[in-house]
Amino acid sequence: MIETFGIKLICSKNSCLSPVVCLVVSVSCRLCLVVSCRLCLSPVCLLSSVCLLLSVCLLSSVCLLSSVSVPSTGEVVFCSASTVLKYTQDDLSQRGVFGVLLCTNFRVSFVSDEAPTEEMGQLFKNKLYGENDIPLSCVDNIYGGSEDKRKLITGGLVKNKYPSKMIIHCKDLRVFQFSLSFSKEEDAKKIFQGIVHHCLEPKSLRCLFAFSYCENTSYPEAQRKKQTVMFDSVEDWTQDMKRTKGNCRVVSENSNFELSPKLPQYFIVPKNVSDEDLTKYQGKGLPMWCWSHHSGCALFKTASIPLVQEDNVPQTYMEKMLTAVAHNHLYSVKTEDLSDTLPTVQDILLSYNRFKQFFLIDNTTEFWMSDMKWFSSLDNCGWLDIIRQCLQKAVEVVESLEKENTNVLIMEEGGSDLCCVVSSLVQLMLDPYYRTLLGFQSLVQKEWVAGGHAFLDRSNHLHLKDKVESQSPVFLLFLECVWQLQQQHGPAFQFSETYLTVLSDSIHVPVFTTFLFNNDGHRDSLLRAESPHTQRSPLNCPTVWDWSVQFDCKAQDLFTNPLYTEKPKQDTSVRKSYRPRHLRQLSLPSSAFKTPPKKGFFKDEADNLKKILGVKRLSRWMLSPSSDSPQTSSSVREFYEAWQTKPLDYHGLLLPCLDGPSIRVWMQRYLRWIHDVQILGGGPVAMLSKVSEILGEVQELQRQLDRHGCTLTSNHKGARPRAKTAAAVIAARSSVRLSSSFPFVTSRNWSFKPAIPTSLLQSLMVTGMAGNLADREDDGGPESLV
Amino acid sequence: RSDRSAHAAKPTFAMSSDNVSISTDFSPELRVLRDSKEEPQLLPKESVQDMAKDVTYICPYIGALRGTLTVTNYRLFFKCMDREPAFVLDLPLGVVSRVEKIGGASSRGDVSYGLVCKDIRNLRFAHKQMEDSLRKSIFEILMKCAFPVSNGLTIFAFEYGQVYPENGWKVYDAQAEYKRQGLPNESWRITKVNDHYELCDTYPSTLVVPVNIPDEELKRVAAFRAKGRIPVLSWIHPESQATVIRCSQPMVGVNGKRSKDDEKYLQTIMDANAQSHKLFIFDARPSVNAAANKMKGGGYESEDAYQNAELVFLDIHNIHVMRESLRKLKEVVYPNIEESHWFSNLESTHWLEHIKLILAGALRIADKVESGKTSVVVHCSDGWDRTAQLTSLAMVMLDGHYRTIRGFQVLLEKEWLSFGHRFQLRIGHGDKNHTDADRSPVFLQFIDCVWQMTRQFPAAFEFNEYFLITILDHLYSCLFGTFMCNSEQQRVKEELPKKTVSLWAYINSQPEEFTNPLYVNYSNHVLFPVVSMRHLELWVGYYIRWNPRMRPQEPVHQRYKELLAKRAELQKRVEELQREVTNRSASSSSERAGSPTRSITPVQTFV
Repeated sequence: MIETFGIKLICSKNSCLSPVVCLVVSVSCRLCLVVSCRLCLSPVCLLSSVCLLLSVCLLSSVCLLSSVSVPSTGEVVFCSASTVLKYTQDDLSQRGVFGVLLCTNFRVSFVSDEAPTEEMGQLFKNKLYGENDIPLSCVDNIYGGSEDKRKLITGGLVKNKYPSKMIIHCKDLRVFQFSLSFSKEEDAKKIFQGIVHHCLEPKSLRCLFAFSYCENTSYPEAQRKKQTVMFDSVEDWTQDMKRTKGNCRVVSENSNFELSPKLPQYFIVPKNVSDEDLTKYQGKGLPMWCWSHHSGCALFKTASIPLVQEDNVPQTYMEKMLTAVAHNHLYSVKTEDLSDTLPTVQDILLSYNRFKQFFLIDNTTEFWMSDMKWFSSLDNCGWLDIIRQCLQKAVEVVESLEKENTNVLIMEEGGSDLCCVVSSLVQLMLDPYYRTLLGFQSLVQKEWVAGGHAFLDRSNHLHLKDKVESQSPVFLLFLECVWQLQQQHGPAFQFSETYLTVLSDSIHVPVFTTFLFNNDGHRDSLLRAESPHTQRSPLNCPTVWDWSVQFDCKAQDLFTNPLYTEKPKQDTSVRKSYRPRHLRQLSLPSSAFKTPPKKGFFKDEADNLKKILGVKRLSRWMLSPSSDSPQTSSSVREFYEAWQTKPLDYHGLLLPCLDGPSIRVWMQRYLRWIHDVQILGGGPVAMLSKVSEILGEVQELQRQLDRHGCTLTSNHKGARPRAKTAAAVIAARSSVRLSSSFPFVTSRNWSFKPAIPTSLLQSLMVTGMAGNLADREDDGGPESLV
Repeated sequence: RSDRSAHAAKPTFAMSSDNVSISTDFSPELRVLRDSKEEPQLLPKESVQDMAKDVTYICPYIGALRGTLTVTNYRLFFKCMDREPAFVLDLPLGVVSRVEKIGGASSRGDVSYGLVCKDIRNLRFAHKQMEDSLRKSIFEILMKCAFPVSNGLTIFAFEYGQVYPENGWKVYDAQAEYKRQGLPNESWRITKVNDHYELCDTYPSTLVVPVNIPDEELKRVAAFRAKGRIPVLSWIHPESQATVIRCSQPMVGVNGKRSKDDEKYLQTIMDANAQSHKLFIFDARPSVNAAANKMKGGGYESEDAYQNAELVFLDIHNIHVMRESLRKLKEVVYPNIEESHWFSNLESTHWLEHIKLILAGALRIADKVESGKTSVVVHCSDGWDRTAQLTSLAMVMLDGHYRTIRGFQVLLEKEWLSFGHRFQLRIGHGDKNHTDADRSPVFLQFIDCVWQMTRQFPAAFEFNEYFLITILDHLYSCLFGTFMCNSEQQRVKEELPKKTVSLWAYINSQPEEFTNPLYVNYSNHVLFPVVSMRHLELWVGYYIRWNPRMRPQEPVHQRYKELLAKRAELQKRVEELQREVTNRSASSSSERAGSPTRSITPVQTFV
């Protein structure tokens, strides 16, 4: 019914155009077109939509368009140009492939004129976009090039001039170079303007593809619900608190955002927080429960209140909140203001922008030139150091919880950036549940989505000028930290490196509600407003955890780590609950540094003590921010060393090594598209495929055993099929044909030519004393004996 | 977790007795007994030279430790019983590069000694000044025993009398290796011209040269090549017949001298490969250095004189630059790593840049031979340092045989030992002259390059990291005769195969320790490593292994080993069951026993 309404609408509004459109786009596409026209607020947007519509009509080869894989419903082609040359990235020669360049409401897409080579590379195909597609929000920068020069395009209307070459840097680090000089001038101009407009100009949230996509796709929500804990109900929060044996108060008063639209729909606060405390300062200063340690102490986070000198009301409120936190366990609390000790979101952005440049490589010469100063460049951009600082801070918090058993309150302005990073890392280190795939997804839901990380502002998908400042890859920073942990303690994680890389890419696919909003309230109001159905039920959009939207089951097998050590299950009855229980015994390497036993603390005594000591102790913590940082750093060192000497338990506490060589570059994510660094026949996949092969053999043997069991006992019906592993996926093919960029780059580019570095000699600046050495003979004759 | 399986814990005691003695499996009781003792478990023919109580070892990681120091004719052994478990420092004297007294006696009467070691660490000890001034301090004894060559003593390798099941000296047989490569053939012959090392005293007795060149002409070519190191075949491609040839620089000199014999010789080498009408000459040196060598009578092949040959300089620096680079690296990694500027500090040592240049050179050689089907000639100045690095690395890339445990031993015996890499001079076994300008980590660089390749191709090598570390440890240990002397001639003269044990005897007696559980034997697969800095990394497991913080609690290969064990166990069970089934059906018994599968522990270690 609604669809027909939509068609009527478009017919009445653009009656002259619709017949032409009909040729190209499907019924559902038209519906979406209406939506986009209706919702694009700026007149420019409307205008361009119309003019792009015209260009659709102008498109000569309709049949060619139909060959474009349009996996998503609700997609509309805005403009296109044929005979565009896409350069091959790997050399300076002007070679490339001709094809059609399109811009839709979802992506920039290049369709090669050459017949698609159906190779085995299709294994890891993303269902939403292909290797020549760039989702609009994935576009990072566009450069216009002519001859040798290239210029950053910052948006705005490009008048009559358009560059002959267009370079697109993507947020997933792909680099595309197109030559427009072979296309019709009119087409070239339009496609250039179209792409620039749709990728760089400010737009309304409603223009994002997710809305047209969701209206035309339905997802069975029930199935998803069963897997990842979404933390969108009282039950989810209650259960997580029970799991960790926490003893706090679940707040459901904000379920309709009555308290504040900025506060999460549901959250947990210390028991002693009263109802009126909840609404003061718009939730600022309110300690939000994150996780409880088995000892009873817990981690809380809060948005700090800017303390104004003359007004001591916030001060009193803050102290009250601290007391509430302290009451949670043994009257102890440690506060950590992350704004003081960690880089700001602007620092993070600046550093990342410098860092990513090392991987956005236009040509081979540039690559090998930058290779010379690779290590010092790494140091100078500071990205790895920021990762180290975050991990270090998390270890400090872990130490407080684990060794000192004190409650910890982390705070920062806003309370939803570095607080999210640190609190999630702490939980990953302490709680093995979060190292499972579903556990990790639940953690992201809990700390980031429900926790109110401003995904929309941080990614600035909308290119709003007033949000440029707030843009920052904070969530990516978190994934980087997780990757470091995973690198150091592989078997402790159920998910794979590939999973993390794909997750980092998915941030820029504007389809998933996970990354589109700033907080619960924001999401709720928008999805409700956009709902095509009744006022009551909000629009049903997929979350990023609906992996089947992007990948088929086989590809999803690559998300799991074949070397993951599953917790041996003692009792089969435990299996009934799909959420692993919180383990009281976290296999602590504790005996060495246990705090003195607190047996003597009876309840009344403790209460008395609290009254006497309370304020002093708190203020002491309050007043000692970073002055003792060298001391804490050495204490972290000791904490790590003490932990390191104990036997490793993958289901217990995990700590990262933070020394220089241990913090590495996430090779898979950053190097996968650079042709010259692809290790053909090598890389981690060589190891993975061998492990998978052995696993396959072990499973086969197990099956054989089961079969024998059947023949002998006959009452034992067929063995339960084992969970699939990457084995099936990779083992079939020889890893000799795969490269270090697996599974992201197909073997199509396979060549036996190795990448020979250019300009070697300049790299070696042997100066001074070494310079003299360089001139000497290999055989230290008698004269050279020192 | 036994010591045996966790090899990452081993480097601390990397050269301790239980690594090499044959009775490696001590019973637990024996172990306790041994642990409670303050002296080391001695090797055959090893004898205690001196012992001192109340010596302080100033550990950079733990702090001062008080214990007993023992010096034998093979090792230095320090044990501190105050800790649980006891702290042990056990190193062969061969790794000691110098011993020096630091400062005078302090007011408390302590004297301090510093030991600089070849394996990237320094040790510091302190002990009370001897009251009896006539008695020698243990460190004076140490100075004597650590440098047997300088003090007229015998190197321990000549005394060590351990018997192993295999004679490691038989691992490499030149004839057999050339036969494996398909030699001799119609173009190449094996010559005995150097049987008594008369043509070239730093070359092996067995050489492969073109069929068409008679021995007399070889002698004339030898006159034109530095130290008589004529171009000879190292490796031949099984299909294209393209060859890897090694030699020393031509004696061109300032006047641009030519040799008709040498030119004809290289032309013959080119002609032996029908696939290509070109020959590549790779000069490992930077072109400036190659040109400078003309002043001393050396130089490089001019393309005028050598038609159809293309000369390429590979820009690899000389032994002095490499030595300096390693010295800087040691400063950066030992004892502690500065956290904040790790990468800049690493870059300033240039160590990885040198590694990159060497690998890049070898890659170009391998590419020309494999992709270009063209023969290559490789030389530097003398052809025993950089040349050995390049040819052996190219051969590792080209030939899967050299990636096996035994094949790698053959490669070292052939390209390094028989072709006269001057181990004695470069390492300075038993020599106190630590400033000797002939010392250089050329071989270490080669092993580092191999390690970089194992990182990039984790399934392509039969050996593991521990194998490479063990080779480097025994490069210095002076326990085995393998790395003694400078040339094959010297080794024959010193009767090393008779008087010493080969390292390969020890390694091949327990190959499982050195096997990569993930090895996949890709036959005839050529490896082209990526020589970008992005993929090169510092070998933490070797250079930073003394830092306990950098030691993994559980080496990851442990998990692979468990997996393999699991597979073996299951295989066994399946076989047992199959036997049982056949037995049952044979006896056609109707009784049905409980399934034995019930007792099997499910595979829980993975999804």
